[in-house]
Amino acid sequence: MAKLITTLHIDGADDFYAELIALHAERTREESEAINARLILLLCNHVGDRETLREAFTEARRDGAASLA
Amino acid sequence: MPPIFETPLYPYQRSPDQDGATPARHAVVVVGAGPVGLAAAIDLALHDIPVVVLDENDKVSFGSRAICFAKRPLEIFDRLGCGEPLVEKGVQWRLGKVFFRDSLIYGFDLLPEAGHKRPAFINLQQYYLESHLVKRVRQLQAQGKRIEIRGMNRVAGLKVEADHAALEVTTPEGGYGLEADWLIACDGAGSTVRSLMGLDFVGRAFEDNFLIADVTMDAEFPTERWFWFDPPFNKGQSALLHKQPDGVWRIDLQLGWNIDREHEKEPERVKARLKAMLGEGVEFKLEWVSIYTFQCRRMEKFRHGRVLFAGDSAHQVSPFGARGANSGIQDTDNLIWKLKLVRDGLAPDSLLDTYDDERVFAADENIRHSTRSTEFITPKSQASRAFRDAALDLAARFPFARPLVNSGRLSTPSVYDHSPLNGVDGPTLPPVARPGAPAPDAPLAKGWLLDRLGGRFQLLAIGMDAPPLDIEVVRLDASEALARRYLGDARAALYLLRPDQHVAARWTAYDEGKVRAALARAMGKG
Repeated sequence: MAKLITTLHIDGADDFYAELIALHAERTREESEAINARLILLLCNHVGDRETLREAFTEARRDGAASLA
Repeated sequence: MPPIFETPLYPYQRSPDQDGATPARHAVVVVGAGPVGLAAAIDLALHDIPVVVLDENDKVSFGSRAICFAKRPLEIFDRLGCGEPLVEKGVQWRLGKVFFRDSLIYGFDLLPEAGHKRPAFINLQQYYLESHLVKRVRQLQAQGKRIEIRGMNRVAGLKVEADHAALEVTTPEGGYGLEADWLIACDGAGSTVRSLMGLDFVGRAFEDNFLIADVTMDAEFPTERWFWFDPPFNKGQSALLHKQPDGVWRIDLQLGWNIDREHEKEPERVKARLKAMLGEGVEFKLEWVSIYTFQCRRMEKFRHGRVLFAGDSAHQVSPFGARGANSGIQDTDNLIWKLKLVRDGLAPDSLLDTYDDERVFAADENIRHSTRSTEFITPKSQASRAFRDAALDLAARFPFARPLVNSGRLSTPSVYDHSPLNGVDGPTLPPVARPGAPAPDAPLAKGWLLDRLGGRFQLLAIGMDAPPLDIEVVRLDASEALARRYLGDARAALYLLRPDQHVAARWTAYDEGKVRAALARAMGKG
């Protein structure tokens, strides 16, 4: 990993996490899926750098818990 | 007067070949008188190669079919001597609108770059293109060129030998044999020649049906391309509205996979769908209806010895992006000059293998673009649909998401970056005119640059002199327009151009040895 930040980079981790979950409160599965898709596109555009994005795709594809088992 | 596509344009006539004791041998036989076959034949005639075109029909294609012709094919038609009437008749457009569900999400302007003779696109029914190409054939015949179209001549048998192809042809008056030094198969996606040779045609089929309808109406729709994703009148599917000449509108409606095709084609059923789309009270008349499915695929190789495949017979794409007919015309543009040099013994036979190199590369590019458009328009998974809808949703609010919306990436020419025919590149010169690229047009003091180029190897000397070699030198002063596309920061440049107007090599100073080496390489001798 060269460009993707994989150490904690967000202030107030618990608050951030609560906000992320609140985003999906009382949403159907389909609505949540739509929200996630919009969120990913917004964030990917914000990151912009293709190499960083590909590194994130690689990590997202990997099932971390399974590989540790 | 019956519609143009009901009038025989090359009615069956008995050929003396049908009465010969042995099969007549021809220099080139082209199978198929569609846009690609006719373009090939005209190019051959312009190179003084006798050509016979066989077509199983005797009319232009039925219905409008291909309707969108891009700048590069129009430039090729200019070289073939028939660009002007096409552009005169065609509808020019540059504005588009994208709708998602029940709202307009954004409009776009193709903003074509100024300083080109030809527009980015024209819309024109395929039958008009074909009829103008047939007119051009008649002109060339009147000038004494040996070019012939044989209507109602269907290829029924084929044997490919090392130095020729032997054809069995059936006609309304029975069959006859015919031989060709070279055979060019332009007989479409269901190519008979390809089947008779037992050649592969593999790729990806898309499980979807599209209803395509041409309607005439006097409605207040502007000359724009309108594309709908998931509109109320075609829930969960897509729709396209595009204008053609004569007040004809092309309407394309995605229908999905599990449908009753015969039922969907019934005029009452189609009219009900169109009423829902166009609104009650809009009077329209159905001119043509068809339902199609499509595949993205290509032959592994477009050259098989003395048989060459061009257009849909060699590669097939989805209609999104107008990459079918447009790429087929560029196939023949690439092929015919090579065939001329090989036939005249001026280039090695292997020059024709570069037709394969360059046009397979182009086909892959077209397939990639058209597959991506298809994935966006008809998402194949739940996740793909979620991202598609997210991009459309965001596009209404944020310009960043608009380039992600893909309702067809309209045909642009391939740059043969890795062609074995490419020579030296002057590294400081503008990328737009790099080796492998089609020479960009530019206005001259009188006329246009591309009207001065093509049909033979040429040296284009801009802002410099080049001594006469055994090829023509076109000397031009470094105008601002030429400088922008051909010089960049350099004061002068020398370009070696191929007969298909593609750049072979370029330098900022003249060196005879280098020019000769590049010419040899571009002729397949490098």
